Amino acid sequence: MAAIKVHGNPLSTASMRVLATVYEKEIDHEFVFVDMRAGEHKKEHFLSFNPFGQVPALEDGDLKLFESRAINKYIACEYAVKGTQLIYQDSKKMAITSVWMEVEAQQYDPAASKLGWELAIKPLLGMSTDTAVVEENEAKLAKVLDVYESRLAQSKYLGGDCFTLADLHHLPTLHYLFGTQVKKHFDSRPHVSAWVADITARPAWLKVLALLSQQ
Amino acid sequence: MALKLYGLPMSTCTTRVLACLHEKGVDFELVPVDLFSGEHKQPPFLSKNPFGQIPVLEDGDLTLFESRAITAYVAEKFKETGTDLIKHNNPKEAALVKVWMEVESLNFNSAISPIVFEHIVGPIMGKTADQAVIDANLEKLGKVLDVYESKLSITKYLAGDFYSLADLHHFPYTHYFMTTPWASLVNDRPHVKAWWEDISSRPAFKKIVGAMTFGEGK
Repeated sequence: MAAIKVHGNPLSTASMRVLATVYEKEIDHEFVFVDMRAGEHKKEHFLSFNPFGQVPALEDGDLKLFESRAINKYIACEYAVKGTQLIYQDSKKMAITSVWMEVEAQQYDPAASKLGWELAIKPLLGMSTDTAVVEENEAKLAKVLDVYESRLAQSKYLGGDCFTLADLHHLPTLHYLFGTQVKKHFDSRPHVSAWVADITARPAWLKVLALLSQQ
Repeated sequence: MALKLYGLPMSTCTTRVLACLHEKGVDFELVPVDLFSGEHKQPPFLSKNPFGQIPVLEDGDLTLFESRAITAYVAEKFKETGTDLIKHNNPKEAALVKVWMEVESLNFNSAISPIVFEHIVGPIMGKTADQAVIDANLEKLGKVLDVYESKLSITKYLAGDFYSLADLHHFPYTHYFMTTPWASLVNDRPHVKAWWEDISSRPAFKKIVGAMTFGEGK
C-alpha cells in the first residue's frame, strides 16, 4: 500500500489542519516539507500538486488532492475504520456536521484568519498591524462566538455528541489567536471556553504542536 | 413528505440549492422569506438558522443551513436518482469533486461575491458601489480564472470529465457576474467560456434563471 504524503509547512494553518486529521486517524504518512520562504510553493513542481500554489497538498497513491478541508473529508471517509471517527455514518448526523463545517469555513475562518494574520503573523515578520482590520474582525468574530456559545450550550461538540472535523478545523487558527488579545472573546463565553480546552488537549493536536515547536 | 426550502428565487445561495434540487428531480416547496422586513433576523427564523441567513432546508425534523451543506445533503440522500453530482461510487473522483467544491467556496467565491454585491445588490439597498473593492476583486478573480482556464483545457469540467456539484456551485454568482460590465473575464478565456455556456444551458438552470433578477431593469 502506497504511503500517504502530506506536502506542507508546519507553520501554515491549513497544513496543521491536515496533520491533525492524519494524527487523529493514526495513518502512516510521510511529511514533505515545502520551503515557503524559498517560494517553493509557487514553483512548477509544487504547482503540479496545487495549481493555486498553496499548501498543503496530499498524495495517496496516484491521487493528488489540495484544499485542507477537502483533504480532511477524503481522509475521514477513505480511512473511516482507522483511528478517531471524524465524520458520522448516520446521514442526519452527518448533515448537521456538514452544516457546522461550512460555518467554520464561511462564518468563523474569514474573521479568525484575518485576526491571526494581523496579530500573530505580521509581528513575527516585522510588519505593522492594521488596527481597523482588527477592530472590524474582532466584532465579527464576537458575533460568531455568540452563536457558538448557544450551540455549545445544547451540544457538547459543534456537530453533535462527538468530536468531528467540524471541531477539528478550528484548531490551527485557535492556536494562533490564543497568543493574542482575541483570547478574551473565547474565555468570556463559558461553553466556548470549555470546548476550546477540550479540543486543544487532544493527543493528536499535541503531536501537531510538537512538530511545530521543532521548527 | 416534500422538502421545504426557505429562501428567495433570486438569492444566490438559495438558487445554489434550487439548482441541486432540480438536478436531482426532487419534490420541494419554496417558502419565501421577507428579507426587506428583516424576517430572517427575527426569532422564528433564527431558530432555524442562528446566523439569520437564507436558505434553510427542512426535511422532516432535520433543519439545515449553509447552502453548500444543504446541497451536499441533497446530493447524498438522493444519490441514486437524477444526475450523479458527487460520484459516490468512485472514491477518487468523489475526492476530486470535494477539492473543486472547496476551490469554489474559498478561492472563487471570495473574489466574485464582493463584485456582485458592490455592483448589483448594494445599489438596490441604496449603497454606492465601491470601485476600489471591485477592482481589487476583479484582479483576484482573474488569477483564479487563469487556473480554471488551464484546468478546463485538460478536463471538460472542474473535477474531471464529468459534471458535478463542484461546477453547479458556481452557477448563481457567475450568472449575475455575466450581467456586469466585466463579463470579459469569462468570455476572454475560451475554455472557461465554453464551460460556462455548457453548464448554464442545463435544464435545471433554465428552470430557475427566469426568477434570477433583482428587478433593476437593466
